[in-house]
Amino acid sequence: MKPLIKKLTETFSPSGYENAIREVITDEIKDFADEIRVDALGNLIARKGSGGKKIMIAAHMDEIGLIVNHVDEKGFARFSPLGTFLPHTLVGARVRFLNGAYGVVGAEYLKKETQTKLAPLDKMFIDTGATSPKDSPVKIGDVAALERPFHDLGKRLIAKSMDNRVSVAVLIETMRKLKTTAHEVYFVFTTQEEVQVRGAITSAFGIAPEIGIAIDICPVGDTPDSAKKEVSLGKGVSIKIKDPLMIADPRIVTWMIKAAEKANIPYQREVSTLGSTDARAIQVAGAGAMVGGISIPCRYVHSPSEMVDYDDVQNTVKLLITLLEKKIEL
Amino acid sequence: MLKIRKPQLNLLEKLTNATAVSGDEGAIRKIVRVEVENIADEIKTDAMGNLLVTKRGKGRNRLKIMLAAHMDEIGFMLVNKESDGFFQFAPLGGMDPRQLAGKPVWVGREKVPGVIGAAPIHLVSPGQYNSTIPIASLRIDVGLGKPNVKVGDRATFATKFLRMGDSIRAKALDDRLGVAILIELLKNAPANIDLLAAFTVQEELGLRGAKVAAHALDPDLALAIDSTPALDFPVHDGSENIRYNTKLGAGPAIYTVDGRTLSDPRIIRWLSETGDAKKIPYQYRQPGSGGTDAGSIHISRAGIPTGSVSVPGRYAHSAMGLCRIKDWENTLNLLHAALSDLSPDILKEAR
Amino acid sequence: MKTDFLKSLLSSSGLSGFEIPVAELIKEKWASLTDELDQSALGSLHGLKRGSGKGHSVMIATHMDAIGLIVSKVSGEFLHVANLGGIDIRVLPGQAVIVHSERGDLSGIIAQPPAHLLPEGEAKGAVALKHLLIDVGLSARQVARKIKIGDTVSFATEPTEMSGGLLAGHSLDNRASVAALTLCLEELQSRDHIWDVWAAATVQEEIGHMGASTSAFQIRPDIAIAVNVTFAKGPGATNWETFELGSGPTIGLGAVNHPFLHQQFKELAEKLEIPFGIEILPGRSGTDGDDLQISVEGIPTIVISIPIRYMHTPVEVVATKDIQRTARLLTEFVAMLDADFLEKIVWDD
Repeated sequence: MKPLIKKLTETFSPSGYENAIREVITDEIKDFADEIRVDALGNLIARKGSGGKKIMIAAHMDEIGLIVNHVDEKGFARFSPLGTFLPHTLVGARVRFLNGAYGVVGAEYLKKETQTKLAPLDKMFIDTGATSPKDSPVKIGDVAALERPFHDLGKRLIAKSMDNRVSVAVLIETMRKLKTTAHEVYFVFTTQEEVQVRGAITSAFGIAPEIGIAIDICPVGDTPDSAKKEVSLGKGVSIKIKDPLMIADPRIVTWMIKAAEKANIPYQREVSTLGSTDARAIQVAGAGAMVGGISIPCRYVHSPSEMVDYDDVQNTVKLLITLLEKKIEL
Repeated sequence: MLKIRKPQLNLLEKLTNATAVSGDEGAIRKIVRVEVENIADEIKTDAMGNLLVTKRGKGRNRLKIMLAAHMDEIGFMLVNKESDGFFQFAPLGGMDPRQLAGKPVWVGREKVPGVIGAAPIHLVSPGQYNSTIPIASLRIDVGLGKPNVKVGDRATFATKFLRMGDSIRAKALDDRLGVAILIELLKNAPANIDLLAAFTVQEELGLRGAKVAAHALDPDLALAIDSTPALDFPVHDGSENIRYNTKLGAGPAIYTVDGRTLSDPRIIRWLSETGDAKKIPYQYRQPGSGGTDAGSIHISRAGIPTGSVSVPGRYAHSAMGLCRIKDWENTLNLLHAALSDLSPDILKEAR
Repeated sequence: MKTDFLKSLLSSSGLSGFEIPVAELIKEKWASLTDELDQSALGSLHGLKRGSGKGHSVMIATHMDAIGLIVSKVSGEFLHVANLGGIDIRVLPGQAVIVHSERGDLSGIIAQPPAHLLPEGEAKGAVALKHLLIDVGLSARQVARKIKIGDTVSFATEPTEMSGGLLAGHSLDNRASVAALTLCLEELQSRDHIWDVWAAATVQEEIGHMGASTSAFQIRPDIAIAVNVTFAKGPGATNWETFELGSGPTIGLGAVNHPFLHQQFKELAEKLEIPFGIEILPGRSGTDGDDLQISVEGIPTIVISIPIRYMHTPVEVVATKDIQRTARLLTEFVAMLDADFLEKIVWDD
């Protein structure tokens, strides 16, 4: 899976501009799906199997990005975020525009008395090497993503957009390995998750599943002086019980935990106080569905370098296959 | 090219002088109905009060295009009558409390005159001279005697439409400009599409009317027509203004990204290319926060390709806004030209 | 009450130091109501309504100037402004205004730029006048051609009748008093009076009572009455300085007001059954009265006020019957002044 993760994380596709990643994924899955379609918001929807339960497995394929809102007199590109950025991770970061231009993020506040202050995003800019709007390679409305190569550290992997390309890899791998299923499973690579989970809202309405599972990364609490959180890197698949915007359906949680225990897949129970996922949108779409979430623990979320544990990734695939192969009793 | 002339100006005057605070849009609904009932194929008011008007085209493979303009405006509701006859009020829609004190208002459907009063500067402590008067300290005063006013009545700023050279000063230009444009598009509807016009309600309360309108109309593609702030003021220290949102006089503002919607890139291309081809000036609204009815529409049902176009206007959500007549006309023409050229192939393009 | 004249006063500019437009209106009105009419060096109007006696005169002063703004700088499409008089910056953003240019009047809006274009710290609270702008809806080129530094800017709120015989508008301070004095002059046309009456519409009250002191010096009246506005009860205005709207004029009590004149007005109002309030003015009153009293060798003075709500905002509110009552009180006072009145003004030691 590592080459796949590398390929996915080195593709540039911020929210709303998922063309490139959709093409990569389509290429990877076309031989393993019974049917593939793209909906109005660009969600990539692949069906596998029929009969049994109607299940939607969602992993968002977008990543956080930047959009130019003004090129100033000196050629600096001012920007708005697509998704949430932590300002302290951005200064010095490099970005790549969808039109091929590159740039580095700089910030105002370089006066002595304010050097130690954290500049908010609206005091930052992208330096594309331009000296005026005339020679700027970008203009208002142009979109960029963070630029960072994938690194394989052995057990651990670092890349930009590990959120959520690692889950995309998990879904692709699951589709490949899932020989048969008793169910009508929709693997959905959703769009615009980083901007209020919008792709999941429409894809879930279109599919109207009975069961929904969102696969995403989750922040961890195992780095020095980090937030209090029980989930750690490398300690297994994280089964979502609650996050700030959704409570996982207890029937789904029990089903997942039982399956993990039976198959000896290490898992962690996740009660998250930060962030949410496509799961919420699926849960409340149309007349509603039974929905849960599976998370891959991840460090340095929404920074240019996100880290996951390869065992956790592989275990997530295992758990998904276990869940989807058999008949489901809830 | 379509023109803004006397009849269009008169209609905008009627639309902006009418009062239709979110949740009580009847006055505008009535004006719109009269304007379009002779040309519409279908016209209905839905459960929330949205006015949905269908104008069908001719020929085959017609796209169903939803165009939304909200009828409601920001305003107030009287929430409590005090023993001394003054009314406490709550704002409906986003407002800067600094824009309220010392303004005349119209209360209720009969537009009973009143004023927003606060303690005079002579009677406040010197420490308060430069502070915001909180809404809690403001009252609506409708005078003595027994005016026809009661708790629950809505109120708006009492601002009359005024032409100022190439500009217009009026209240509720957000979004009566959109309403006026949508009426004009219905009257000049291109034959290649089915035009589904949604005059929506409760936009200022969170894009509420558009949600159900989009579900009911189920269009192939949608555009929200609105008015967006032009913050093209000089900066206090003379530096470059890099956060102007839009500029007055620079033409219709095409949305890329706002707080509620990432516009469909196909729609951004389509509108820009139309502007380039027809030499209609346009600008991109600076990506940022805020939202239009598009925010509700694009996530309706299984998703609807959606974009937004706005007429730039200054001082939205205050007693009086200001816009350029030319921006209004260019917005109308950009939309009309784009719709006239629209082919179903747009939906086959890579998103 | 017929409000046409008052409405015309409210719709006219005539800011402090720039009173000509409103002075012209008053001049036209007073021409037929007075025997002599002239103007002081500063521009205050002096109208003499002669009495049947010899020599004694009462001056009734109402200032005609209004607070407003003046263009201090032009930046592209926008105008920077300074204040003329005691402007309340908390009520300025979003107000309709008229810019009075040599090329004619231009409508405008007072613009409050968004927080991110202002210095840090200006984001909260009322934005300082130096950061507010006027937008007249014209291009930078048209603005440069039409508007000059020094053009005045007045509020544009239309006078509006409200329920209960109220009138709302800007500049009721102090044009309501000008209307009361005018009504008094009309009533005096059919009344006998011994004393001469000097009706004065003074200038520059809002920037330091300049008109009153110079007019009193020129007219040298035996008694002076300053008619002004005071605070009506309203939101946040409920203390001892405030009066119910529509509860009649107030009669000043305190250092500026001669005790004998106070007593006379009080008894007169009681006799006529005109409702009134006692306005406690411990020290200086903040009206033309302060300067009338100390003019020349000193003049016995009284301050009569009309309660209005929301003073110094563009939506001041007055009860028109209080204007009528004030006029009647003034008329009856003039009518009761006999040849010996001046001798009666003594200190009760």
